Amino acid sequence: MPLSPDEVRNIAHLARLGISEGDIPRYADNLSRILDFVAQLDDADTSRVPPMAHPLDMSQRLREDLVSETSQRELYQKNAPQAEAGLYLVPKVIE
Amino acid sequence: MHNLTLAELSRELQARRFTSEELTHAYLQRIGRFNPQLNAFITVTQDEALAAARAADARIQRGDAGPLTGVPLAHKDIFCTAGVKTSCGSKMLDNFVSPYDATVVERLKSAGMVMLGKTNMDEFAMGSSNETSFYGPVKNPWDQKRVPGGSSGGSAAAVAARLSPAATGTDTGGSIRQPAALTGLTGIKPTYGRVSRYGMIAFASSLDQAGVLTATAEDAAMLLGVMSGFDPRDSTSVDQPVPDYTAELERPLKGLRIGLPKEFFDRGLNEQVGAAVHAALDVYKKLGAQVHDISLPNFWLSVPTYYVVAPAECSSNLSRYDGVRFGHRCENPVDLLDMYTRSRGEGFGAEVKRRIMTGTYVLSAGYYDAYYLKAQKTRSLIRQDFLQAFSQVDVIMGPSTPTPAFGLGEKTDDPITMYLNDIYANGVNLAGLPGISIPMGFVDNLPVGLQIIGNYFDEARLLCVAHSYQKETDWHRRMPPGFS
Amino acid sequence: MQWETVIGLEIHAQLLTKSKIFSGASTAFGAEPNTQACLVDLGYPGVLPVLNREAVRMAVKFGLAIGASIAPRSVFARKNYFYPDLPKGYQISQYELPVVSKGSVEIELQDGAGSRRIGVTRAHLEEDAGKSLHEDIEGVSGIDLNRAGTPLLEIVSEPDMRSAREAVAYMKKIHSLVRYLEICDGNMQEGSFRCDANVSVRPKGEQKFGTRAELKNINSFHFVEKAIIYEVQRQIALIESGGQVAQETRLYDSKRNETRPLRSKEEANDYRYFPDPDLLPLDISEPLINEVRRSLPELPDEKKQRFMQQYELSAYDASLLTSSRELADYYESVVRTIRGEAKLCANWVMGELSAALNQDGKDLNQSPVTAMMLAGLLKRMLDNTVSGKLAKEVFLAMWAGEGDADAIIAKRGLRQITDTAAIEKIIDEILAANPRQLSDYRAGKDKLFGFFVGQAMKATQGKANPQQVNELLKRKLTG
Repeated sequence: MPLSPDEVRNIAHLARLGISEGDIPRYADNLSRILDFVAQLDDADTSRVPPMAHPLDMSQRLREDLVSETSQRELYQKNAPQAEAGLYLVPKVIE
Repeated sequence: MHNLTLAELSRELQARRFTSEELTHAYLQRIGRFNPQLNAFITVTQDEALAAARAADARIQRGDAGPLTGVPLAHKDIFCTAGVKTSCGSKMLDNFVSPYDATVVERLKSAGMVMLGKTNMDEFAMGSSNETSFYGPVKNPWDQKRVPGGSSGGSAAAVAARLSPAATGTDTGGSIRQPAALTGLTGIKPTYGRVSRYGMIAFASSLDQAGVLTATAEDAAMLLGVMSGFDPRDSTSVDQPVPDYTAELERPLKGLRIGLPKEFFDRGLNEQVGAAVHAALDVYKKLGAQVHDISLPNFWLSVPTYYVVAPAECSSNLSRYDGVRFGHRCENPVDLLDMYTRSRGEGFGAEVKRRIMTGTYVLSAGYYDAYYLKAQKTRSLIRQDFLQAFSQVDVIMGPSTPTPAFGLGEKTDDPITMYLNDIYANGVNLAGLPGISIPMGFVDNLPVGLQIIGNYFDEARLLCVAHSYQKETDWHRRMPPGFS
Repeated sequence: MQWETVIGLEIHAQLLTKSKIFSGASTAFGAEPNTQACLVDLGYPGVLPVLNREAVRMAVKFGLAIGASIAPRSVFARKNYFYPDLPKGYQISQYELPVVSKGSVEIELQDGAGSRRIGVTRAHLEEDAGKSLHEDIEGVSGIDLNRAGTPLLEIVSEPDMRSAREAVAYMKKIHSLVRYLEICDGNMQEGSFRCDANVSVRPKGEQKFGTRAELKNINSFHFVEKAIIYEVQRQIALIESGGQVAQETRLYDSKRNETRPLRSKEEANDYRYFPDPDLLPLDISEPLINEVRRSLPELPDEKKQRFMQQYELSAYDASLLTSSRELADYYESVVRTIRGEAKLCANWVMGELSAALNQDGKDLNQSPVTAMMLAGLLKRMLDNTVSGKLAKEVFLAMWAGEGDADAIIAKRGLRQITDTAAIEKIIDEILAANPRQLSDYRAGKDKLFGFFVGQAMKATQGKANPQQVNELLKRKLTG
């Protein structure tokens, strides 16, 4: 099932990936082939098979409620593209 | 010195035949000499390495050294290393300096190991040829027109050319075993949960597992013993004692039941590679093992299942790269949406984008059941096959890859062909089982690997089975010409 | 046409854990920006979440308190969307298998119209997002991630409410419950207790639900009521003029008292939920549930029943007094000192005390008049040291910080005059000073009795015991 250019644009938007118009046909072709390839799964009978989210059959471990972290803001914000007064800065958020 | 295995280096260091500083210096020199042609390292941490080596020498002097103290190694650039650039092979993290150490890094560091640098890799570990790296492809030391495999291609090339005695790697769908096979190394991917994932940059969280690439199984045993074990910072880490892998190496193989899945020998497998597997099995038979024909009837589902599950998880895992707190941000964004799309559009390469988009698609409204839920069910089938097999045999053997190393640029245009290079590997990750690839000969003068798959937490047996073979053969001792 | 309103609420209650739901960073409110955002909260490459035990216990506590079922196995899922205050690009939440499901609470209807049961569809654990700050810096927003990763319990009701008042009553009930359970501080100013309302209208008698709008960000009981009232009117007016209600998210603007569509979320959401592979299924064992059950305090409904029986209070009074654990405790402290006067105590707690708290915008724990002080005052009223009228003056003086009741009575000389001879003397003087009124009264003008009482009280600055004044006057006048 080939993906249309619009579908590619829509997926790219959902994933917030900027893709140039010129690259859209190539992605449409690649993704269509990948989706065709994985569509083989339809041929497997899974009517009585439980879904498997995880390789291990374990349950979640719980942490004690203790504060173990101290502020390392300056260290962590060294990697920030833009920070000021302890805040990470981004283009204006409009609500 | 570089001709020695890690185990041998350890013994020599303990016997004080040379210092860690001398050893480290020797490897740094080899890196300086050979890395420009191989492109195996993204970052070389020369000063830190020499400082760590001197500290290790002091420990040895004081007599509080362990077997790994002073032994150099390289880390795949997917492991966070405090104060050192951690790029994950991506432009997105080209400027990223991790403020913390991954658990794996921390453990090897406290054992006294000396980090030489960070190795090249496919971008965010997505690739089987190391050609998706932002830092350019890595060359296979056995033939520099060929790929070293991926995604741990830099680690593989570095160890194969002995720019480092060992290197860490990660394996989401074959990323340790496949490059190990293509460069003539031993590469082990432990059971999911055996080694902490904390600080290992996530690709697909339910599949990712750290391991090592080494010259020998004995080397791997030494490293794995230190890397493994429970980590409270990783919810998927398993709280189970770690056996003494080195001590288990010499167990006799007599009576070992080897399963040979007929599906591994279908179309797609290079005949000479198939023949090499059978030759290796003859060695095992000689050692007293029995070979049983088995079947993994759902084997054909493993690659398509993998290419739903892994992209789905990666599409979400990579959402954090948004240009807000770390990583690449585009110049002068006009608004928020522009910041997101351009930062991510510029920061990620084509393969990563393909996978993010595939994953976004299979999780999106209207497609979830047909793709993602379906793949979770076929994943169950794949695991059931293995569980069934392990009720009859102790280990499963087969080829690590269908062919020896392919040419640079040969498969970059066709994602599916590239994906099929990991056909024997993907299922092992989906099931969460341990697997090891060891050198089993040469095809067209290129190394090929034997994959041994074990039951859950049966790494000791895998290493022992691999070690037994390496005592009978010398494939793992061969060095690429020009690097000896 | 007659319209029926249908309301469902989604309440987000921040859980009172010390550390975050998936990290060891502090949850304390009011720290400098990003000083309580650790690597996990920042979504740094390579970090992983580990679940806080206390958050799970609190969710179980809530589930037990509303008679819900506790899932033996629940699953954390990722809700994927991009927003600057959401560090990982996904929120860890629960989707298909929440920890708590199918409970209910009972709400009191206004004016003694009985009570109604409101269904709670589910309550699930999730992490809070950070905050975007829009002031201060031109053209940019600042992101503070201290709040990111704070544990939330999202409590989702059935669409069972039929008026804004019912919605408020339900919200107050949940508010009181989480505070009783000590799992949330309920502080709405600080955002520890937040509410979104799903509002729709349909013609009366219609079974099918109308299209709903989701009202976001309503941070007080008062605004919930106003926002819903506004939205219901908007929807009815829209439909009646031939329009259609759009399914959308709307923001309530309390300054203008109106709702308007949220711009940033206008596009169709596709959250791509899937099980979080970094977390394993959450298994909750019977022993854990039993342990939590044993730790449950007396809940509001139980307390209310007990107050009705033990103190013979009306349902309304009992309900008011048990609306918070602090108020109930306060009341019971007063009653314990003033035995046998439960109704009087209730009147004072709900009357003078509540009025004073309201007027000063204070919480009970900030009240200058402690339960012991109020009891001390009531004691003086009951032993006739001070009249009921002056007691109110004493109360206000205590509120103003002038000391306890005895000190104020002494200082201000408010002690009641109960000496018969003294009162007789005052009455005699009044009668002597008002001969005309006296003769009019004796000629049959009964109404003048009040005049004489007034004069007597005036002469004693209100301190004369009114009962004694009455009796003595009657005797003298008829005399």
